[in-house]
Amino acid sequence: MIGLEHYLTVAGALFVIGIFGLFLNRKNVIILLMSIELMLLAVNINLVAFSTHMGDLVGQVFTLFVLTVAAAEAAIGLAILVCFFRNRGTIAVEDINMMKG
Amino acid sequence: MSSADFSVLMPQIVLTIFAMGGLLFAVYTGKDRVAPLLLWVTSALFVAIAFWIGTGGAGDGAAFGGLFVADAFARFASVMILLSAAAVLLMSESYMARRDLLRFEYPLLVTLCVVGMTVMVSAGDLMTLYMGLELQSLSLYVIAALRRDSAKSTEAGLKYFVLGALSSGLLLYGASLTYGYSGTTLFSGIIRAIGDGDPSLGLLFGLVFIASGLAFKVSAAPFHMWTPDVYEGAPTPVTAFFATAPKVAAIGLLARILHDAFGGVTGDWQQVVAALSVASMFLGAVAAIGQRDIKRLMAYSSINHIGFALMGLAAGTAFGVQAMLVYMAIYVVMNIGTFAFILAMEQDGKPVTSIESLSLFSRTDMTRALAMLVLMFSMAGVPPFVGFFGKYYVLSAAIDAGLGWLAVLGVIASVIAAYYYLRIVYLMFFGPEGQSLETTRSPVLWGMLVASALIMVVGVVNLFGIEGPAAMAAQTLVE
Repeated sequence: MIGLEHYLTVAGALFVIGIFGLFLNRKNVIILLMSIELMLLAVNINLVAFSTHMGDLVGQVFTLFVLTVAAAEAAIGLAILVCFFRNRGTIAVEDINMMKG
Repeated sequence: MSSADFSVLMPQIVLTIFAMGGLLFAVYTGKDRVAPLLLWVTSALFVAIAFWIGTGGAGDGAAFGGLFVADAFARFASVMILLSAAAVLLMSESYMARRDLLRFEYPLLVTLCVVGMTVMVSAGDLMTLYMGLELQSLSLYVIAALRRDSAKSTEAGLKYFVLGALSSGLLLYGASLTYGYSGTTLFSGIIRAIGDGDPSLGLLFGLVFIASGLAFKVSAAPFHMWTPDVYEGAPTPVTAFFATAPKVAAIGLLARILHDAFGGVTGDWQQVVAALSVASMFLGAVAAIGQRDIKRLMAYSSINHIGFALMGLAAGTAFGVQAMLVYMAIYVVMNIGTFAFILAMEQDGKPVTSIESLSLFSRTDMTRALAMLVLMFSMAGVPPFVGFFGKYYVLSAAIDAGLGWLAVLGVIASVIAAYYYLRIVYLMFFGPEGQSLETTRSPVLWGMLVASALIMVVGVVNLFGIEGPAAMAAQTLVE
C-alpha cells in the first residue's frame, strides 16, 4: 500500500535534487531553470498528496496556482536569458561573472 | 463573495485596471513617447490611492472568507509602499530620459509590482501570500533587466531571477508542509491548529522554510548574496526602487506570517529572527567597508538596516512590530534622499557611481553636500537626527523583550557601520583633490534630496506623528 509518507519522500527527494542542481551545476543556465521547475513540481506533489490524504480540496487549488505561476516564471526567466545571451554570447553559468559577489 | 468583498479589494482592482489600460493606451498611441506622461499619471495615482487607503476610505476588515485582510497593519504598510514607489518613479524620470531608458513599460511594471506588494502585506492565506509575492517578484525580475543592451543589467536580472526563484521554491515548500500539518492554508486556521502547545515537527519545518524564503526577499544575511550584484548591475532608478518599497513589503509579510499564523509559538521563531538580525547587522557593517561603488555600498547598508528592522521583529511583541514599522518608514525616507543624490551624480555628462568621485564635492555644491551629510549621519544613527530615534526604538524593543545581548550587538554593529557613512562625509568635505563631480540639473532630484534631509532634522520633534498609526498597526497584528 502506498501511503502519504511515500509521496512525501518522493517530493522531498525531488526538492533536494532541485536545490543541488542549482548549486552544483556549473555548466548551463538552462539546467538552472530545469532545477527550479523540479523544486516547484516537488511542492505540487506535496500539496496534492496532503490534499487527497485529508480529503480537502484547497491543496489542489493551490497546485493550480503554483502551476500557472511556474509557467509565467519560466517565460520570464527564458526572456531574461535571451537578453543575456545577446549581450554576452554565452549561457554558461561560470560566465555570469561581470560583478563579483 | 459579495460587493463588500470587492470594495475591500478596490485599491488593488483600480491599480490593476490602470496597468492594463495604460498598456493598451501606450501601445496604440505613441509607445515610448507617452512614457513621461504615463510616469507622472502613475505617481499621481499612487499618491491618490495612498490617501484613499490612509484615510480609511477603502474598505476595512477581512474579505473573501479571510483570504485578504485590510487591517490597520496592511493600511500602514500599503501607504508606505505607495508613497515610496511614487517618489522613486518621479526621481527616475530625468535619469531615464537622458539615457534613453524611459520605456512605457517601466511605470506599468512598477504598478503591477505595487499591486503585488499591497497584496503581500494584506495576505490572510498562504495562497494570497504566494500570488502577491510572485506578482511582485516577476515584475522586479523584469525591471532589474530593464536595460536590455547592457551586459551588467541583464546579468543582474538573471542572478536575481535564479535566486528569487530558489527562495520562492523554499517558501512554497514550507507552505506545503504548513498546509499538510495544520490542514488549512488560512492564517487564522493555522494559528488555531497550533494552539498554545508544541507545534508538530512538520509545522516547525514549514515555519523554517517560509522564514528562510522570506529572508531571501528582505536580503537578510546569510541569504543576501544577490543584493550587492543586483544593486550594482540594475539601472540606478531601479536600484532606488529595490531599496525601498519591496523591502517594506517583504518585511511586512514576514511580520504578518510570524504573528498571524505562528503567533502562538513566538519562542520558536524568535531565535531564528534574532540570528538573522545579528548576521545581517554585522555583515552589512563589515562588508561595506571595502566598497568603492556607492550602489554596492548602499546594498550592504540596506542589509545592515534590515538587520535592525529584524531586531524589532525578533522582540515578538506589539512594541517590537511598532518599532520595526517606524524603523522601516525612516529607512525608506533616508534611502529616497540618498538615491536622489546618487541619481544626480555625473562626470562629463555620464553617470558615475564611484565613491572617490565625491571628493571635495562641498566646493561644487554646498547645499547638496550638507543634505547628504545629514542623511549619512542619520543612517549611521547619530543623534539628534531621526535615524537615531529609529535605532533607539528597535533597541528598546529588544531590551523590553529580554534580548539585551541582541541590543548590545546592535550597538556594536552600528558603530562599525558608522565608519563608511562618515567616510563619505569626510570625502565630500576634506577629500583629496580630483576630478570634480557634477550634478544633473533636476528640480525633482534636488527637491527630494533636500526634503528628505529636512525630514531627518525636523522630524525629531515628533517623528511627524507616525508612532500613533504604527502602534495601532502593530496592535491589530499582534493582539
